[in-house]
Amino acid sequence: MEPFKTITATAVPLDMANVNTDQIFPARFIRKPRAVGYAQFTFHDVRRREDGSLRPEFPLNEDRYRDARIIVGGANFGCGSSREGAVYTLIDSGVRALIAPSFGDIFAANCLKNGVLTVTLPDDIVAGLREQLRGADRPVLAVDLEAQAIVMPDGTTLDFSPDPFQKHCLLNGLNEIDLSLEFAAEMAAFEASYRERFPWLAPDAQRTRG
Amino acid sequence: MPRARTIIDKIWDSHVVARRDDGECLLYIDRLLLQENSFHGFDKIRREDRTIRNPGQAFAFSDHYVPTVGREQGLDGIADPEIRNMVELIESDSRDNDITLFGLGDIRQGILHVVGPEQGITQPGLVIAGADSHTSTHGALGTYAFGVGSSEVAHVLAVQGLWRARPKTMRVLVETPLSDGISSKDLILAIIGRIGAGGAVGHVIEYAGPGIAALSVEQRMTVCNMSIEAGARAGLISPDDKVCEYVKGRPYAPSGELWDKALAYWRTLASDADASYDREVRIAASEIPPMVTWGTNPEQVAAVTGTVPDPAAESDPGRRTRMERALAYMALEPGTELRSIRLDRVFIGSCTNSRIEDLRIAAAVAKGRTAQVPTMVVPGSGLIRQQAEEEGLHETFLAAGFEWRSPGCSMCVGINGDMLNPGERCASTSNRNFEGRQGPGGRTHLMSPAMAAAAAVTGRITDVRELTGEG
Ligand code: SF4
Repeated sequence: MEPFKTITATAVPLDMANVNTDQIFPARFIRKPRAVGYAQFTFHDVRRREDGSLRPEFPLNEDRYRDARIIVGGANFGCGSSREGAVYTLIDSGVRALIAPSFGDIFAANCLKNGVLTVTLPDDIVAGLREQLRGADRPVLAVDLEAQAIVMPDGTTLDFSPDPFQKHCLLNGLNEIDLSLEFAAEMAAFEASYRERFPWLAPDAQRTRG
Repeated sequence: MPRARTIIDKIWDSHVVARRDDGECLLYIDRLLLQENSFHGFDKIRREDRTIRNPGQAFAFSDHYVPTVGREQGLDGIADPEIRNMVELIESDSRDNDITLFGLGDIRQGILHVVGPEQGITQPGLVIAGADSHTSTHGALGTYAFGVGSSEVAHVLAVQGLWRARPKTMRVLVETPLSDGISSKDLILAIIGRIGAGGAVGHVIEYAGPGIAALSVEQRMTVCNMSIEAGARAGLISPDDKVCEYVKGRPYAPSGELWDKALAYWRTLASDADASYDREVRIAASEIPPMVTWGTNPEQVAAVTGTVPDPAAESDPGRRTRMERALAYMALEPGTELRSIRLDRVFIGSCTNSRIEDLRIAAAVAKGRTAQVPTMVVPGSGLIRQQAEEEGLHETFLAAGFEWRSPGCSMCVGINGDMLNPGERCASTSNRNFEGRQGPGGRTHLMSPAMAAAAAVTGRITDVRELTGEG
């Protein structure tokens, strides 16, 4: 996984609460192999009319936000379905950081697994940030994970406090499965005592049935 | 005296494999539920050359992409090569990895959240991870169950655990039973309308109280199913005798001596009476009428007797904008009587409402009446379909002009090809009314099976109590 350290890039304000993963990545594209490139599907039906033409009112379609790599969204961003394609499509569009008052749980976990930073900040701060981006000549943010700071278009700095483990994984581009497998001894010990306490759950007791 | 604990604490405490300095726990995952969309997870396992730790603890389901007609043709009945590929992938991934599959052509095949409990794979006290956000459904049996993305699918396959922080807890106390003729779908829609689509973010909801105790296990599944629509990490209910009775005798349930051991353990799981929660919401269920969504999120819901709300009357600017956007998408005018809204289609199915009790209720409303708009009934599993046919429910549906289909997710999400045309308006018993959920440009009104059947026979949103004389 590509480490996340700092990013200085265009940020798009998306002033919508409860943006769901069906909006980010409509279900009918899940069956596409990743190799086709998921960037073409990002916010597909919000972004386009039925005839495929772009909706000018959608921020990502404005020239000033077109190469956005940061999204500043509303509350409960990424709610809904567990589809990880919603993160793949953002990555394939170049997005590496998301800032919002809150995130859908599964979506936030999916982001972390794929090296996408989610920054949670209070509602009014995020609203102020979106406002600044709209008014700025260049809607650019600098996000520095090591320093836990975001430099806003007006030059002021916003601090954030990522989860320490999230920070560690992202900075080092760690594969979580490798980290977890370091607990193999604990897992083996746990399973042994667990199967003793709950003998009806042993997979072998199950395999003979059904 | 030990500290009073909730069922969430009890399940959590018995599943902690290891603890990190930051407090996150490696939580043991008893069962992993997979569906066709899990292919990225299997890809990751292959790419990283991992070994699957316990294939016997994973179960795979063909449900999202399977056709609901022409099933006798098997895979050949799927015309679209991309859709057929998805069904083939879950078959080969399961076979290659020695994972049990409930696949096309198996009478037990159906929606993962319907088949898990039906087969006894879901049991009280377990931690279940599912490759689908509605995995919360299994909480109805006293199970801590949540959805995961494909990276975490791969993580569970390789590790048999997941890292999680202890969740905050929220109790939804349903103080009184529902009125006659009102279903648990109305209850959960009313709860989401009250707490909002993000109202339970970061929390696990425990539903409790006399209003929950009175529900059948199947009706409880409908409630837990939609926990995710309030942003909850999971939703569950302390198991009682009804739950133990429900599990008994199912193919994967313990039997004999092991049953006695399991039962004794399950009886210790319910939350202690004096356990405390981070938040509590109280609901007087006896006042809940049939509910219908008017917007593009399950929180945008109203009593069927009401009208489409007016955004101008909303003081919160964020909410107002969302309402305006939703009404524009839904092509609805403020002040319109919900009961005057005409429909193009009706869908009865999905992991929320496709179980035998749902079908019985829908059939009772349909009996002797005639569909005014195309209506599809899609049972949640092959065994439910079979049971319904034994009871003659399919004859009632067919006589009323409803289509009687084969099991799967179908028009809940539309990715098998069962979908709305742009602009079509559908009464649906599913769980999401998001923009485009049932097909690009489609408009969804969520409601209970009784209400959907009433909508089918009148062609408009209808208060089912007007047909059945209840309420
Ligand atoms: S029925 Fe709908 S909500 Fe349920 S698992 Fe299938 S697609 Fe998901």
